Amino acid sequence: MEALFFYLFGGLALISSFFVIFLRKPVHNAVALIFTFFCLAGLYLILGAEFVAMIQVLVYAGAIMVLFLFVIMLLNLEEEEAIEGRGNKFRRWLGGFAAVVVFLLLAPVWLMQALPVVKGTFPPEKVQELGNTVWIARLLFTDYLLPFEVASVLLLAAIVGAVFFAMKRM
Amino acid sequence: MPESYVPIFVFLVVNVAVAVLIIALSTYLVKRKPTAQKLMPYECGMDPFGTARKRFSVKFFVVAMLFIIFDIEAVFLYPWAVVFKDLKLFGLIEMVVFIAVLLLGLFYAWKKGALEWQ
Amino acid sequence: MELLTYLALMGLKSIAVLGFLLFAASYLVLGERKLLARFQVRYGPNRAGPWGLLQPIADMIKLLAKEDIVPQGADRKLFLLAPALVATTALLSFGAVPWGPELVLGGRKIEGAVADVQVGLLYIFAMSSLSVYGIALGGWASNSKYSLLGAVRGAAQMISYEISLGLSLAPIVMLSGSFSLREIVEAQEKVPFGLIQPVSLFLFLTSALAEIKRIPFDLPEAENELVAGYHTEYSGMRFGLFFLGEYVNIIVLGGVVANMFLGGWKGPLLPPLLWFVIKVLAVAFFLIWVRATLPRLRYDQLMHLGWKLLLPLSVLNVILTGAVLAAWPKS
Repeated sequence: MEALFFYLFGGLALISSFFVIFLRKPVHNAVALIFTFFCLAGLYLILGAEFVAMIQVLVYAGAIMVLFLFVIMLLNLEEEEAIEGRGNKFRRWLGGFAAVVVFLLLAPVWLMQALPVVKGTFPPEKVQELGNTVWIARLLFTDYLLPFEVASVLLLAAIVGAVFFAMKRM
Repeated sequence: MPESYVPIFVFLVVNVAVAVLIIALSTYLVKRKPTAQKLMPYECGMDPFGTARKRFSVKFFVVAMLFIIFDIEAVFLYPWAVVFKDLKLFGLIEMVVFIAVLLLGLFYAWKKGALEWQ
Repeated sequence: MELLTYLALMGLKSIAVLGFLLFAASYLVLGERKLLARFQVRYGPNRAGPWGLLQPIADMIKLLAKEDIVPQGADRKLFLLAPALVATTALLSFGAVPWGPELVLGGRKIEGAVADVQVGLLYIFAMSSLSVYGIALGGWASNSKYSLLGAVRGAAQMISYEISLGLSLAPIVMLSGSFSLREIVEAQEKVPFGLIQPVSLFLFLTSALAEIKRIPFDLPEAENELVAGYHTEYSGMRFGLFFLGEYVNIIVLGGVVANMFLGGWKGPLLPPLLWFVIKVLAVAFFLIWVRATLPRLRYDQLMHLGWKLLLPLSVLNVILTGAVLAAWPKS
């Protein structure tokens, strides 16, 4: 059962991420990306990470992609496509190079699968006992308190940056 | 996968099937007789002029940015709310500090006029 | 085999729930028209069948028989996708709303909901956050100025109020210590949360009204300036899907308010399902009443209300609730 859902969501995620790359219109790419995020949430669910799955949809598919879509829709990127011609070749090489680098970075992880799996501090049974959310919350607000508070400063910096640059243009 | 999501998945499949059915019905059930006038986007009876996909005020981007940031605030707040009864006063202080820093940001956006619309 | 029977049962239940939702939504439309008419000293629809009871069926036949038009220059794929997205996200969010206790029938446990989702509230938020796309894409794909304006207004409005929508329910989560709507209902055994947290209820209702774009927050479809906003160019059953999504949203909202604030399906004498329906209808009646009473806001007022009033207020409400809970942990 789990394997079935894994291949379903994994396959759909792969297919839609291909669409992200190969569709011509920017808006279509964004929609495909939203769908990819949705499928990733399905994968998180299979892992038993309910909270993370919901946040994946809520934040990635439901918030960050809204900004993407706003930028694409409101800047009217369709018209921009024509200008792209120059430097296209260089970009392609750069993209290919980046892809190879990412692959080389990920390949060791893939190879590591052969090693014996070490059981972590939080095996699925222990997580199931109280639920994903409660564990995240307990750890986040005790052991990882400092990163949590620092995150607020990071978010503050993001607000200030966004408002500053947007208002400078007005 | 936690058991309870199987029914949700089935519900999703049924819903999508019905939506596809409805869309297909509306597309194929009735014969279409398109004419140029009929297909024209509505613009109070005049012929449309210019592009319908215009650029927008930068305000909307600021709103979207602020939305992402406060959405993340809310995401941090939910798990906190679940375990609040265990965290008690300590938890309250943690969250007040976190929220205060973010409200500072909201205040900045407010003073800068990012929340003003004419 | 066991698995197949299980899946088949789930399928049947899903179809039943879906059928019920479609039925309820179409009669809610009639109910709203009737009530609005009464508020304005009119009769409302009364031609199709006794008291206009067949009106929803007539409407559906009409919508299905309409010629379906994709405007020139429209993005056809997205134009088709958008209304389906609006309807499915609305319908799906009902998946985590419980309407009754667990039943045991023939040795099988039958959930009084599509599913008992542990993080039910987050699930509903997640689905409602996806509904932005139906509006934004539909309006953009139409290739019409009114549609695009409506879509952008709508998207900006929905994301602005989504935050206070989420934060306004945080105190309830703090009181009950759970995201599961079932557990939240169980936590209201003694007192419904609506009495303990009236501020939260008010904040939630206001933000939810804006989230589902009803009067006084119906700027994305303000008919006297934007024709019909994001669905100006839609016709036939696709327009019907937008409409359906809107009314299913009202039912979901009613279900959430009933479970979070009014004690869910619990009540004296009457059976649980009936109590649930009564509470949902009460919320729906309130929404219609608001529609008959309030004028539409201006766009700047709308944004100010969301960012400068509701957001700080809901944060304050969370902190105050936290302070009270920390000071008197037993209450």
